[in-house]
Amino acid sequence: MEEPIVGWMRAILARALQTRGAGFGLLVVALVLFVALSADVIAPYNPNQAQPAGVLTAPALAHWLGTDQLGRDVLSRIIYGARTSVQAGVVSVGFALIAGLSIGLLAGYHGGWIDDALVLLVDALWSFPTLVLALAIAASLGPGLTNAMLAIGVVFTPIFARLVRGQTLSVRERDFVVAARALGAGPGRLMLRHIGPNVTAPIIVQTSLLVASAIVVEAALSFLGLGIEPPTASWGSMLKGGYQYMQQAPWLSFAPGTAIFVTVLAFNLLGDGLRRGLDPRLRQQGRS
Amino acid sequence: MIEYLARRLVYIVPLLFLVTLVTFSVALLLPGDPALAYIGEANMRDRVMYETMRKELGLDQPIPVQYAKWLGRVLRGDFGRSIRTREPALEGLLARFPVTLQLTTMAMAIALLIAVPVGIVSAVRPNSTADKAGTVLAMSGVAIPDFWLGIMLIYVFSVWLKVLPPSGYVPISQGLWPSFQSMLLPALALGMALAAVVMRQLRSALLEVLQQDYVRVARAKGLREALVVGRHALKNALIPVVTVIGLQMGRLFGGAVVVETIFALPGLGRLAADSIFFRDFPMLQGVVLILALAVLLANLVTDFLYALLDPRIRYR
Repeated sequence: MEEPIVGWMRAILARALQTRGAGFGLLVVALVLFVALSADVIAPYNPNQAQPAGVLTAPALAHWLGTDQLGRDVLSRIIYGARTSVQAGVVSVGFALIAGLSIGLLAGYHGGWIDDALVLLVDALWSFPTLVLALAIAASLGPGLTNAMLAIGVVFTPIFARLVRGQTLSVRERDFVVAARALGAGPGRLMLRHIGPNVTAPIIVQTSLLVASAIVVEAALSFLGLGIEPPTASWGSMLKGGYQYMQQAPWLSFAPGTAIFVTVLAFNLLGDGLRRGLDPRLRQQGRS
Repeated sequence: MIEYLARRLVYIVPLLFLVTLVTFSVALLLPGDPALAYIGEANMRDRVMYETMRKELGLDQPIPVQYAKWLGRVLRGDFGRSIRTREPALEGLLARFPVTLQLTTMAMAIALLIAVPVGIVSAVRPNSTADKAGTVLAMSGVAIPDFWLGIMLIYVFSVWLKVLPPSGYVPISQGLWPSFQSMLLPALALGMALAAVVMRQLRSALLEVLQQDYVRVARAKGLREALVVGRHALKNALIPVVTVIGLQMGRLFGGAVVVETIFALPGLGRLAADSIFFRDFPMLQGVVLILALAVLLANLVTDFLYALLDPRIRYR
């Protein structure tokens, strides 16, 4: 059972990586993951250690990206900040995926009043500007990374729910589902074993794109003071700190902003590549 | 068409009800006691004053009753009084609305000014240098966070070149040009992501339309390429673009929160952030509800435009 899935994933990845952009995306994503996982080993300094004697020093050999307003090494904070961003992106999108998949499958499979009620709920959440709702939920739950991730997860749930519902509606009447139903498969088995695996392709693409968006929303929440609490490093809170010293120390804004930009770009390029890999129509268009 | 419009309008009613429910719940969950916030720290120990305020605000009643009363007041245009400024919340909201409207309108105008020409050139000359440059611009525009772009724009145009103000708002009533100048950088920061999305959508839609038979016929008839693209292809390619713009309105209003904070613009977005930090419950409920209504309205207008532009659409 495992081999066909591995083979399918390998084929998708090979097709996705046909464009240079997607290859670059995968490389950068892998690099960011590596940095996030090995921050303890590769960071040259303790990211939270303040050095009052070396405040706002410009980039130099001792501190490649300079130091911040408390004398902390910016490079080390960028490295540890990768951990926060990756965690925020993966956990919040994971939450949205589980919630959205459940809602979408339930609504699309059952139809009727269950579908109407769930679609209404999803549309209501969709009506709020993403950052405004995330901000309000994060504020209700209190500052902190876990609460920020939960807030982002909630605001991203409608995206997966709408996607999965649409896919489920088109798959549920196909012959293999009808045959499984005729053979006595119950709703749970039909949704998880038969419909679920057939709606995965667009979900994979959306996941990659949403991880990028989640990283930006987490950075925005941290920038506004509702993300991770100090002194833990996060790219958004670093930008907030750097913004106040823009005239004296512009590198404080450049470094975390560039880190967010490159990471988000990489996830977007990977997502686009995967979309091409999974959609033969787009593969043709990409070559034209 | 009329049946579709009627159905869409009827659907708005339960949707609005749920939106108000979410808005009320979010403010209800905020940590802090509104009654305490109203009477102020100096009177914290005055039990009688506290209980009187709780009663006055209706906080002694069950939550469903509180919601019903709040909804009734909102329907009459009464959002309560701001805890921070003591002014009626509606007045505060109406005073800040024009700022956000000007910001988002300018952001959209900038986005279209960038996206439409670049998108057309990219589609007409696929894989050309211009197309590749457009793709890089679009990919960067999508990936660059609006708040970082805002900071970089302030650094380049205000700190370094000193040609534009770094922050602050000049109302249109004080002069069109100074107002435009004060809004240019924030609108650019906010509009870039929209420009990127529209650019990509337009390129892909136009590429598809340009391969269709009726375009081939127009070319075979000897029409100039500019007319083929401008009069025949663009009209159809713009249909999905309209949808994308409508769907991006939520992002635009959300982005206004952080862009207005960076540029110190007294708009609804900054009001939302300030209301959260000052635990200004009535103002927060008002601003969240108004922004949600703006998104709902934008989605509704998009649906109508979509139905209007594409007569092939059959709504189930």
